Amino acid sequence: MMDFGFSLSKSSTMDLGKVDDLRFEQLCRLEPGAGICIGCGSCSASCPAGRLSGMSVRKVLLALQRGRSAGEMLQCCMLCGKCTMVCPRGINTRNLILSICKIYD
Amino acid sequence: MNGNIVIIGGGIAGMEAAKALLALGHTPILVEASKELGGHVASWHKLFPDMSSAKDIIDRLRADVRGANAFLGTKVISFNRLADGYSLKLSNGIVVNASAVLVSTGFRLFDATRKEEYGYGVYDHVITNSDLEAWFSGKEDPRVPENVGTVGFVHCVGSRDLKACNGQCSKVCCATAIKQAIEIKERFPYAKVYCFYMDLRLFGKKYEDFYVNAQRDYGIQFIRGRVSEVGETIDGGLQVKAEDTLSGKPLKVRLDLLVLMSGIVRNDSIRELSEMAGLETDSDGFLRSVDNEYSVVESNRPGIFFAGSCTGPKTVPETIAEARSAALSIHTYLSGE
Repeated sequence: MMDFGFSLSKSSTMDLGKVDDLRFEQLCRLEPGAGICIGCGSCSASCPAGRLSGMSVRKVLLALQRGRSAGEMLQCCMLCGKCTMVCPRGINTRNLILSICKIYD
Repeated sequence: MNGNIVIIGGGIAGMEAAKALLALGHTPILVEASKELGGHVASWHKLFPDMSSAKDIIDRLRADVRGANAFLGTKVISFNRLADGYSLKLSNGIVVNASAVLVSTGFRLFDATRKEEYGYGVYDHVITNSDLEAWFSGKEDPRVPENVGTVGFVHCVGSRDLKACNGQCSKVCCATAIKQAIEIKERFPYAKVYCFYMDLRLFGKKYEDFYVNAQRDYGIQFIRGRVSEVGETIDGGLQVKAEDTLSGKPLKVRLDLLVLMSGIVRNDSIRELSEMAGLETDSDGFLRSVDNEYSVVESNRPGIFFAGSCTGPKTVPETIAEARSAALSIHTYLSGE
């Protein structure tokens, strides 16, 4: 094919109609806190791995809620539990992270 | 000084004040522009955060104010200052001399057709918060599909919007959206419900619990981003676009029903009344209290008092508390002279 030096960009628009609700509902059953995040960011701010790797529990949860992949982020988690301590909604983030790893491989 | 008290506006503020004044031994005169007492709350289905029936509260208040003189379908057409009170001419021809006047004219809901991008009155399945309340109360509405699969709620329609000439927060819509979203989920348990918000302002007692319930027990999704445009899909549904500002990405979703949370705006009658009675309006367009901290129910005119959302958006309990406070202020004012 002739190369004109340009290509079509993929749309970054998220379509909520295409979200895999079943998997997220499964996650909410394993960790009911998955549904009550308010996106305050205290988990990511306190995360010792986040500073070095860009790991963020808030971003992972939001991505899954919107039907996007969480990528490799959680592999950097050391399960230190600081995020559980600071979460104002009392989400068991440790159980959340382990449950995510179980459901979304 | 004859001790007459005229209450302008027979919503919950006017009725509660009338009830309190009756208990204090006065016989207030209620002037209500519409055909019945009750105001906005009378057309509401349930109230947040306890899901109490609005009808029960209105029925109780209507029974409680039976002892007052009520002029329904009546407006104040002129307002004159007397040496020791005011002379009010009503649209039914009656002239009342009053020693004290309570203004409880309330608010009106923002006209959602003015936000054209949301398609109210253009698309088949776009309704407002008050339309939905009417539907909850049993009124048929062809815009609500028989089976609702996906519903969106748009917060802040015509509030916190300088372009819509209403920069103020309407205060009650965040909790109302959550209440209505829960009621939708109760009727359509399999529906996906999305709330599009700018900020969630859940300041009142138990509102935050209400929010957690909506997220955890009803699976309602909250998306931080203002809906930018609404279009119609080929199958008659709606396509909504917004930015999910937490992800920093544009987002679209197909909906069966879109509910616009029309905000609280100044009642148009405020302008006429403020001109007739020499009352001042505040920078937000609502009536101006002596101050907004200590003397909210007092006006700049002796003997004229305020209650409820004529001075700005108020919740039901705030309105009720103000009405009682105003009734006591009137009682003290009348017994002091």
